Amino acid sequence: MLTPVEWDALRLSLQVAASATLVSLPLAIGAAWVLARGRFWGRRLLDAVVHAPLVLPPVVVGYLLLLALGVRGPIGGWLDRTFGIRLVFTTAGAALAAGVMSFPLMVRAIRLSLDAVDGGLEWAARTLGATRLDVFFSVTLPLMLPGIVSGCIVAFASSLGEFGATITFASNIEGETRTLPLAIFSAIQSPDGDQVALRLVILSFVLAIGALALAEVSDARVRKMLGRG
Amino acid sequence: MITFTARKQLGSFQLDATFTAPPGGITAIFGRSGAGKTTIINLVAGILQPDQGRIAVGGTVFCDTAGGISLPPERRRVGFVFQDSRLFPHLSVDGNLRFGLTRAREASPRLAFDAVVRVLGVGHLLSRRPQSLSGGERQRVALGRALLAQPRILLMDEPLASLDGLRKADILPYIERLRDEFAIPIIYVSHALDEVIRLADSLVVVSDGRVAASGPLTEILSRLDLQPLLGRFEAGAVLDCRVASHDAHYRLSTLEFDGGRLRVPRVDRPAGEQVRVRLRARDISLALSEPVDVSITNRLAGTVTAVVDRDGIFVEVAVAIGGSSIRALVSREAYDRLGLEVGRPVWALIKTVALDNRSLGLLRTPRREDA
Repeated sequence: MLTPVEWDALRLSLQVAASATLVSLPLAIGAAWVLARGRFWGRRLLDAVVHAPLVLPPVVVGYLLLLALGVRGPIGGWLDRTFGIRLVFTTAGAALAAGVMSFPLMVRAIRLSLDAVDGGLEWAARTLGATRLDVFFSVTLPLMLPGIVSGCIVAFASSLGEFGATITFASNIEGETRTLPLAIFSAIQSPDGDQVALRLVILSFVLAIGALALAEVSDARVRKMLGRG
Repeated sequence: MITFTARKQLGSFQLDATFTAPPGGITAIFGRSGAGKTTIINLVAGILQPDQGRIAVGGTVFCDTAGGISLPPERRRVGFVFQDSRLFPHLSVDGNLRFGLTRAREASPRLAFDAVVRVLGVGHLLSRRPQSLSGGERQRVALGRALLAQPRILLMDEPLASLDGLRKADILPYIERLRDEFAIPIIYVSHALDEVIRLADSLVVVSDGRVAASGPLTEILSRLDLQPLLGRFEAGAVLDCRVASHDAHYRLSTLEFDGGRLRVPRVDRPAGEQVRVRLRARDISLALSEPVDVSITNRLAGTVTAVVDRDGIFVEVAVAIGGSSIRALVSREAYDRLGLEVGRPVWALIKTVALDNRSLGLLRTPRREDA
């Protein structure tokens, strides 16, 4: 049904989106926590940095990543020399670009759910003998679950569609960084690629509908777990 | 023994309170809303930190600003029952009850799961979610959850305020059973005097962030100078009585107190048990000699000990009867006609009918003397 090239694009898209989401999640929870509850100098600055990818052109974000994480960049060079890790032109690099771009969306969703957590419940847990850390894992985190789930879904979906930062930072390498949007772009660029592009567009649609259905199901399950069914 | 001294500024409100409470039984913190009751209990729990002060329960110092001590809430071991129950929505009733129990990490908990579940009657709710419970059930589960954390002391912040009248009446006996069966000291915050009278052994009256009075309940309630704080319509006295006998024919009971006897509608308690009766000032009449040809059964000889003018229309008269003190509300006109000045011997007349369910709802089980 699908050609090997299409399979590759689909597999890469899912792989990139999934790893971007999973790696971002703990960081996003941490960022949401700090932004919602932290009282320190520079919180606004952090807020701006987290939200920057939302307002900057994706190509700018990709270029900044390239500057910092390229083999000649300060962080990228260090990673290369110390661990032999290269992010540019790799699947990991594509995941990183997608993760950075979707990060603000994920943080926003999680932060909203954190703001909705009743602080009174957390105090109740403290009086019942739970330490701060214990309260976070046994009360706060479970109550944030709706936001965590929706944050993951939004991040996953936006990672599936990430284009600008990925092509700038990770380039468009078949089997390595050519996700569905990049494959569609390549097909449109080639002289007689209309047929290929159309098939990939349909594939994108199927994927999107599948992701939405998954979102519905998981949302319903979380609500049931929290007794809000 | 609970010793409390704290100063705390919260916006424009300032708390500056000092009191001590006995080590057992129920100590009520009473006052109007905004008086600072919840601030006090939050300071005890460690939810708030005092600007200055020292709070100790039993031998444990919870905080001492001079000594730089402040135990975090989780190490104070207070069982907190909130007005809004605050059950964890993501856990079942069972999970809620065990939340504090597992964290108490005691091999043989003093307050065992089964016993608490039985006393509070929540056994049939264990698998339910908090959202599906009624208000009264929620408060019972919250009580159980607090108890099972094996607290040194139970703090209750208006636990009945969010319930309607019927539900309140449902919960009160459970609180009494906790006090009697588990012998755990309780601080009970309330603005409802009838709850306080029914439950408390000692009373701390709070007004505008200050402690206006504190001490044994019956003593505080007999003080006329506190009337403006306690409220005019609640005016009355409380007698600790013992059930002496029952009259099966007339379906009346005789209660003994320090100073005399009262005939009241039948009390559902065996002879020898202690009960508490509230006598409302407006239900008591005064006479200069004993009227024998009246329907009123309860006629008690006493002496006027204090007189306070109320609004110019009414006069409140405190009457000592033996070792007890009661109060009567009479009109200014009657007061002048009888010449009821301090030292005057009088007869206090109390209709048995006046001691209706409201007064007799104030009965309590025998108090543990060791508590």
